[in-house]
Amino acid sequence: MTEISMTVNGTAARAAVPDNTLLVEFLREHLRLTGTHVGCDTSQCGACVVHVDGRAVKSCTMLAASAEGARVTTIEGLSNGELHPMQVAFKENHGLQCGFCTPGMIMTATDMVARYTANGRELSEKAIRHELEGNICRCTGYHNIVRAIQDGAAKMASS
Amino acid sequence: MTEHGIGARVLRKEDKRFITGKGRYTDDIRNERQTYAAFVRSPHAHATVNSIDKSAASAMDGVIAVLDGKQLTGDGIGNLICGWAVSSKDGSGMNMGAWSALATDRVRYVGDAVAMVVAETQAAARAAAEAVEVDYGELPSVVQAVDALKKGAPQLHDNAPGNLIFDWGLGDEAATDKALAGAAHVTEMRILNNRLAPNPMEPRSAIAAYDEAEDHYTLHTTSQNPHLARLVLSAFYQVAPEHKLRVIAPDVGGGFGSKIYIYPEEIACLWAAMKTKRSVKWTASRSEAFMTDAHGRDHVSTARIGFDADNRIVGLKVDTIANLGAYMSLFSSAVPTYLYATLLSGQYDIANIYCNVRTVYTNTVPVDAYRGAGRPEACFLVERIMETAAREMGVDPAELRRVNFVKSFPHQTPVIMAYDVGDFAGNLDQALEAADYKGFPARKAEAAKRGKLRGIGLASYIEACGIAPSAAVGSLGAGVGLWESAEVRVNPVGTIEVLTGSHSHGQGHETTFAQVVADRLDLPIENIQIVHGDTDKVQFGMGTYGSRSGPVGLSAIVKALDKIEAKVKKIAAHVLEVSEDDLVIENGQVKVAGTDRAMAWHEVGLAAYTAHNLPAGMEPGLKEGAFYDPTNFTFPAGTYVCEVEVDPETGTTEIVQFVASDDFGTIINPMIVEGQVHGGIAQGVGQAMLENVVYDEDGQLLSASYMDYAMPRADDLPSFTIHHHSTKSPSNPLGLKGCGEAGAIGSPPAIINAITDAIGTNALDMPATPPRVWAALQTASAKIAAE
Amino acid sequence: MYDLNYHRATSIDDAVAKRAAASDGQFLAGGQTLLPTMKHHLAAPSDLIDLRGIADLSGVKVSDKRVTIGAMTTHAAVAGNAELAKACPALTVLAGGIGDPAVRHQGTIGGSIATNDPAADYPAGLLALGATIHTDKRAIAADEFFTGLFSTALEDGEIITSISFEAPAQCGYAKFPNPASRYAMTGVFAARGADGKVRVAVTGAGADGVFRHQGLEDALSADWSASAVDGVAVSADGLMSDIHCDAAYRANLIKTMARRAVAAA
Repeated sequence: MTEISMTVNGTAARAAVPDNTLLVEFLREHLRLTGTHVGCDTSQCGACVVHVDGRAVKSCTMLAASAEGARVTTIEGLSNGELHPMQVAFKENHGLQCGFCTPGMIMTATDMVARYTANGRELSEKAIRHELEGNICRCTGYHNIVRAIQDGAAKMASS
Repeated sequence: MTEHGIGARVLRKEDKRFITGKGRYTDDIRNERQTYAAFVRSPHAHATVNSIDKSAASAMDGVIAVLDGKQLTGDGIGNLICGWAVSSKDGSGMNMGAWSALATDRVRYVGDAVAMVVAETQAAARAAAEAVEVDYGELPSVVQAVDALKKGAPQLHDNAPGNLIFDWGLGDEAATDKALAGAAHVTEMRILNNRLAPNPMEPRSAIAAYDEAEDHYTLHTTSQNPHLARLVLSAFYQVAPEHKLRVIAPDVGGGFGSKIYIYPEEIACLWAAMKTKRSVKWTASRSEAFMTDAHGRDHVSTARIGFDADNRIVGLKVDTIANLGAYMSLFSSAVPTYLYATLLSGQYDIANIYCNVRTVYTNTVPVDAYRGAGRPEACFLVERIMETAAREMGVDPAELRRVNFVKSFPHQTPVIMAYDVGDFAGNLDQALEAADYKGFPARKAEAAKRGKLRGIGLASYIEACGIAPSAAVGSLGAGVGLWESAEVRVNPVGTIEVLTGSHSHGQGHETTFAQVVADRLDLPIENIQIVHGDTDKVQFGMGTYGSRSGPVGLSAIVKALDKIEAKVKKIAAHVLEVSEDDLVIENGQVKVAGTDRAMAWHEVGLAAYTAHNLPAGMEPGLKEGAFYDPTNFTFPAGTYVCEVEVDPETGTTEIVQFVASDDFGTIINPMIVEGQVHGGIAQGVGQAMLENVVYDEDGQLLSASYMDYAMPRADDLPSFTIHHHSTKSPSNPLGLKGCGEAGAIGSPPAIINAITDAIGTNALDMPATPPRVWAALQTASAKIAAE
Repeated sequence: MYDLNYHRATSIDDAVAKRAAASDGQFLAGGQTLLPTMKHHLAAPSDLIDLRGIADLSGVKVSDKRVTIGAMTTHAAVAGNAELAKACPALTVLAGGIGDPAVRHQGTIGGSIATNDPAADYPAGLLALGATIHTDKRAIAADEFFTGLFSTALEDGEIITSISFEAPAQCGYAKFPNPASRYAMTGVFAARGADGKVRVAVTGAGADGVFRHQGLEDALSADWSASAVDGVAVSADGLMSDIHCDAAYRANLIKTMARRAVAAA
């Protein structure tokens, strides 16, 4: 067992977990934050994407112990009360159907927008499609996810 | 159209929980003292199970039980069954081999479960599963259906000689042969339909709980049809009687057909919960999903189509071999027969069609319905051979289609289906216009300057949804009726709950179904709640697949609403002392038409429940149920146009334009319908260009993860142009046709037709990966060089 | 994943000591390959020694033409380094094309080359650049470092600390991704040194992992242009065939990617 402590969605989280506990297992099974999903076992589907110290990572491919001292944000902590503009954009643009990939998509999208904004780069449709390489959706054909991220980026810029 | 009524782009009511991470999927649920199951699976494609040594696994920390197939069958748990009986041409029944949830003496595909471990943690269960020692006697295996039919092939089931499940035919063979013999032109093709893994993003999961005091079971499971699951688990697998089994399918993360079936794991978890007196949970890893979720497609066909001198089709003859895998899955027999050969007439007026289908056992995962189920296979065959014939005959492919379209309705095809309505030329015109078909040669020339090969391809698809009239499918061998049920409950304060047997796993029923009720009763959509997915709440239902929730599920709701409206009017007429015929329901009121005399909607509700002043003899309350049995299939149809550019250096294909013109009849929510089409096309692109299940000769699954099975990603796809040109279905009250599968049905042939147009060949198998396209280009250029 | 003991190293010495004390220890860098392998029970180290707490192992330094990249520098950090983008743009392109954004936030250059996956991108880059791999014990030339499929010249317990190389006069990388995994089905890195010598390395295609292509090097040394590639015969011998494509197609990709790499340089 390893003692770990980190900040999850602004709240201190401390636990003793088996050393082989993945970050996603810690979030889902220990903290019961079940919005972060597991859709594959080869680090490709992106359903498990969360932010660790402000950067999108695949929580299925990181040990919980490696996140010691980190600031972790999950879909449940993306907004405080009001919906995050990207969440609003996913709803308004019908960027989700079954909803399973959606938390990972939204966490990837907000990370993407933050990076492009920081670098002053244009988040074109082509760039969005490329940036979504690590997030698989089986329902939407991505058409409306791309629209949602474009809209979400605009909403984030103006909020 | 009201703001939230039929035809409005209403944002989805269900979205909030999904975008905030509050969806409740099966794996999110954890019962008290939850235990976890892991399955011991065969590493061999075909082997005898000689013995199972559970001692090491049983002794491991945290292990509660190690259970095997002999215990399972010993407890009277029945074999898995196929629920649709299809007979051979000679009248003999299908050869269904025994399939136990845990194999007892023989395994027939890699992944076939032989034992299960129940442990305190998932890690302990998985580790112990590896410690179960199974002594296998390896047997020769066969993975391709064509090979399985050969003499001397390894035999999978004793009661299926030659691995043949049935040899079935539809249509008039002699007449078709005669028509083809007299044809002015005949095109012949060998057409493969590649094997696919459905891959809903949520892996399958099941949590079984057993209440010893009540002798009652509860199963949470990733199902598209919880009632059907309960029926089959009870009636055929003898897990528990129906009144002692509650099945709940909570939020389900996509299905695409693969979550219709009741799998061994659900059966085993229920049984293990009873054995261990603990709740047992199992969630598939993606690797397990590839190994055990029913696959789709896998047809090998030869087809001949004949035309007269006026380019009219005189006959179509098809011979298909369908791979059903190691065992017959629940609907497996219907998919390559009644859901396939019945659509071989396409959108065309063809007098003579004959189709022979042989279904075959192989040492692979069972094959069953996957988005489209039979109809994509039919559409691909018809639209590929039409395109090829047009090229051979030097006719514009659009015009060859137009000449042969069915133009008057109803139209009886020679393969069972009676098309009730459509405007095929209207969809074709709309698609060609939107795609600027006429401007293609200029675009091709421009692309050539950039070194790209540009091609355009069409597909005019038709499919059959709203499955189906119960008597009709019963006469064709279905083991169940395919109606749907609904119950509309008006509460005393006027809010409404609608219970439906349809199941939403991405389709947005909580919104579209509420729209229909809001439209009918002119009430705020917020006042309407859709309830589904729980056998304790909804009495019965047949679930969601085959694009049936609209045409069948909503029709049941409409029928229940008819009864509600009638009762409401009776109550209001009594209270207001007017005739029912003078009453209209609008704007939250039941009012006397043309006057301001009215009862507020909630007042009627309250009157029904207080029962202080009801018409003589009327029962209190306001709750009506209905069962709706469709009168016909519905026939969504349309034309898709795909335009591609191929990079001759690598064979990479880019879809530069994809246009859809669909006829779905009435559209409740265009936003949701477009989303269904987008997703369907994406899966079609996956089939046409990316996805392929590959087994090696020994039956090992090589495409066993996302490292080797190419799922469509955002950068593989273009944005889509979606148009509608609709004719209302006469077969249900709202005129709906269904929209869930069309995209996956119409897109593969349009894409392959476009690529073959670009590279100048007719033969090209799916998936048209860059290496395959590049190789085809090398062959084509070698041929040109030789000429 | 099997049981294991997790350790966080505070220094290189600490990491080496912890690894030495473990019965079957492994270093954990970004974990983007190792953790999935362990999840599939294909690797089962008794102990993992996490290197991410060692501060001086990450960062990119460009001093004059000398480039030094700390072993724990993430792909995202390499891809986004402005100085490196000037000195050796193709390496930033290469790093920016590994995996996906979330993987690039975790995966490291040291982890990638220590794994030496035959379809990984970095081995091609470092081999073509003639880079030096620095460890806690020694400096190893890239030509000696990559020794075959998933194998390197690293000794048991040896730890990569940094990678350094002389920025070339020109370089380019072109990758044809596997449509499923997005690893390189074939990737070609071409670099022309200040002395005019050209090194061309190919990943994703060789049956024995990353390799240099003599024919392409000769042709491009004589004439550094995309069209110089046209006359080179690329044999399919020794190339991989798998369910995704055969060796002949990979041979074609080597030429095509070489052309594109030079054109991009």
